[in-house]
Amino acid sequence: MQIDGREVKARDDMTVLQAARTAGIHIPTLCHHEKLEPFGACRMCMVEVEARGRKNYVVSCLYPVAQDLVVRTRSERVDKIRRVILEELLAHAPNSPELVALAREYRADRDRFEKDASFCILCGLCVRYCAEVKQKNAVDFIERGARREISFIPEIAAKECWDCQECFALCPTSYAQAAYFLTEALAFPGRRKAGVANA
Amino acid sequence: MDSANIDQIIEKHRGKPGDLIHVLMEIQHQNHWLPRDVLHQVAAALDIPFSRVLRIATLYKTFSLTPKGRNEVQVCTGISCHLRGANKLLDAVQRVTGIKPGETDANWRYSVDTGSCLGSCSIGPEIIVNGTHHARMTPAKVEDVLKDYQ
Amino acid sequence: MTRLESAAELEHFRAGIVAARDPAKPCIAVCAGAACHGLDSARVAQAFRTEVGKLGRDAGLEVRVTGCHGYCEKGPNVVVGPDDVCYFEVKPEDAPEIVASTLKKAVVERLVYAHPDTGERAVHMGEVPFYKHQTRLLIGDNVRIDPMRIDDYLALGGYAALAKALFQMTPDQVLDEVKKANLRGRGGGGFPAGQKWETAKNAPGKDKYVIVNAHEGEPGAFMDRALFTGNPHKVLEGLIIGAYAIGSHRGFIYTRHDSPQLIRHIEQALAQAEEYGLLGENILGSGFDFRVEVHFDVGIFVSGESSALMRSIEGLPPEPRPKYIRTSVAGIWNRPSNLNNVETWANVPQIISRGAEWYAGIGTAGSKGTKLVSLSGNVVNSGVVEVPMGTPLRKIVYDIGGGIPGGKAAKAVHFGGPMGGSIPANLIDAPLDFDELAKLGAPIGAGGLLVMDEDTDMVDVARYFLEFLTNESCGKCVPCREGMRQTLKVLTNITKGKGRDGDIARLEDLNDVTGAACLCALGRTASDPLKSMLRYFKDEYETQIARGSEGKGGKAAGSAAT
Repeated sequence: MQIDGREVKARDDMTVLQAARTAGIHIPTLCHHEKLEPFGACRMCMVEVEARGRKNYVVSCLYPVAQDLVVRTRSERVDKIRRVILEELLAHAPNSPELVALAREYRADRDRFEKDASFCILCGLCVRYCAEVKQKNAVDFIERGARREISFIPEIAAKECWDCQECFALCPTSYAQAAYFLTEALAFPGRRKAGVANA
Repeated sequence: MDSANIDQIIEKHRGKPGDLIHVLMEIQHQNHWLPRDVLHQVAAALDIPFSRVLRIATLYKTFSLTPKGRNEVQVCTGISCHLRGANKLLDAVQRVTGIKPGETDANWRYSVDTGSCLGSCSIGPEIIVNGTHHARMTPAKVEDVLKDYQ
Repeated sequence: MTRLESAAELEHFRAGIVAARDPAKPCIAVCAGAACHGLDSARVAQAFRTEVGKLGRDAGLEVRVTGCHGYCEKGPNVVVGPDDVCYFEVKPEDAPEIVASTLKKAVVERLVYAHPDTGERAVHMGEVPFYKHQTRLLIGDNVRIDPMRIDDYLALGGYAALAKALFQMTPDQVLDEVKKANLRGRGGGGFPAGQKWETAKNAPGKDKYVIVNAHEGEPGAFMDRALFTGNPHKVLEGLIIGAYAIGSHRGFIYTRHDSPQLIRHIEQALAQAEEYGLLGENILGSGFDFRVEVHFDVGIFVSGESSALMRSIEGLPPEPRPKYIRTSVAGIWNRPSNLNNVETWANVPQIISRGAEWYAGIGTAGSKGTKLVSLSGNVVNSGVVEVPMGTPLRKIVYDIGGGIPGGKAAKAVHFGGPMGGSIPANLIDAPLDFDELAKLGAPIGAGGLLVMDEDTDMVDVARYFLEFLTNESCGKCVPCREGMRQTLKVLTNITKGKGRDGDIARLEDLNDVTGAACLCALGRTASDPLKSMLRYFKDEYETQIARGSEGKGGKAAGSAAT
């Protein structure tokens, strides 16, 4: 197959994103993580594919490779999609270093849209890491549509989270950490490191 | 509803994780809300993480995690009712009951919600109280209709 | 009842039902459709039963409670056979007079249709303007069927198409017939059903599924409920025939939990069909097995999207999956799953019994057969309408719908609800055709036709649909969740008189990316209403935005109503 004009070899079971990364071609992602099942939610990894004369826009993290597929990782349209998606996310987290860096590359205006109160971008890294890697399901999505949010489940979080906290580092906006400590403060007595408690 | 009934519903589906929506629906229909300890029971019986049960329970509009009032008042806000003045009807319902959609009053008399289109567009705008349709409503008629529901 | 073990037994049994019925005996059909039910038709039916009960065993007439007749605006509807005398807005206290007149072969003049302008009366169904311009191949039987009684369906020739398919045709021949008929999906996209069936049929794997999408969550759409509630066996028969063609032995019906009457009728239909040997093991002794189970949406619109619907059946959250592999190849539990909506399945029996050639003779070059339309909004006669494809929208809105109430002018007609589009009234001569209307930007969708009068605020209509979808989507992917959130904010500001410079560009960018980048069909078509508005009503948007800078608010759509 061809990515950005280069001939690229890929295994049958790869996605376009995997094939590109193997070939050293960069495609931006926000909800993707090597240890997790592809999620296809942030849509940042959208690329243009052409097969049998038909042009299509697909998310590379899920799109399977195919013989003679022609992929373009940048084009005016692809860049526009990424720019608007970034502008939408910057309405939530205008200072997220990851988003700010991408915004520079795609010339996204962080003040284009009205700001929104929550700074979670719902990439689901914490939720999926907790379910797929740790198999604890201490944090999950609740609600739906524009009201969707992540929520630590006090009954589980009280037992599991203190000694783990591995999802905090995955979070592009530091929201996971904030949500955890808020849940702790509201719903169950937190443990404090001995030294701090006695100070 | 007593907990024996809830236990019975859950027992019927024990060990069948695919039945989650069916179980919650049956409990909601009978009990009118889903207490948190019941959700824990469902999770254990169907062998599903509690977080997934909570996710499903908060995702669907029909499921309520808080108790409902004695009378469930729905104002249809489908597009046809909207064009025929459902907004003003909703305002009147809020004024009469003193609560907003999604709320229950302090005396447990009413719960108010906006309803999705039930396909009776020809007779809209309408409010539905405990399943009974009140067709071709006007804001002025709201008080009269609701006063019969104690 | 013993099971019917062959096609001959079915025909023999049918002959018995027909022989026991006197076609000349008057039958009072009381509509119990959604609208009539809301107008308390149950009390009307009870009044007729009481009245006829007084006459004793040989009353000489019978009462039948049926599904939707169609003319919802004038409910409760009563139709008296065999000549189909139509009575409208019938009250319980009218029952004695109707019964007495019927026995004397007379008509109760005060309850028949009178033209609102001329006062001209129309007594029979074929003369009432609302009905006379229709071709009611699918919904017409509703008047003659008690949905709780399979015998009523059999008396009208029901399940003959199934017997023909099972005993006179191979699965390939059934598939060919549906392909030749060029039956296109009635659920939204208009995708050829035969092609979809073929994909599922040829997909590898032994276990294949067929599904009836009876979700119909779209506001302003009520034709599928009218058809399925009123004539459940027609849909079921189509499903069984489809299963036979595809090679499926397990079917699913997916519907909303909040239509108790529909659920009752479906469950009864399944039980009776099974009892008669028309469903289950060894159907009619043919060796073909097929079972059906019912699943429910409990209140989220996105669960009607095909991949989300399949997740629900698996018991998972109804989040759509990208369809880089089609659901007809990998659907429920990753097995080939063929999904069609209620109306599509209901078309199948007549295609098999009357043939593809007959079917393809109705409609236009690219859109065959009749189409059910839910007519609502600012229109005199709202209700369920069935017309041949190709019928001009003007005929639906004016000849059948009776035009716009209050002497007002039409401003726009909108098809397809929150994922459809609006076209201005000057395009009202456009034909009801999948491709023509898609080109104009108002794709038929499932068939919800909303009429809007001159007072309608088109910014508010787009805002309404966006508000609906932001609450009814799953919230998984960014361009859908955030794109709609921001679009809604911009539109809400405009309707509140707080429009800003650059709003049109903001709306266009948001809409463009939502339409291109969303994960599922809900997201990608969520941009369609606004797209059509910006195509035909941009100046109205610009005027309202400009008014924003002067600090004046716009008028809300509902303000004209009482």
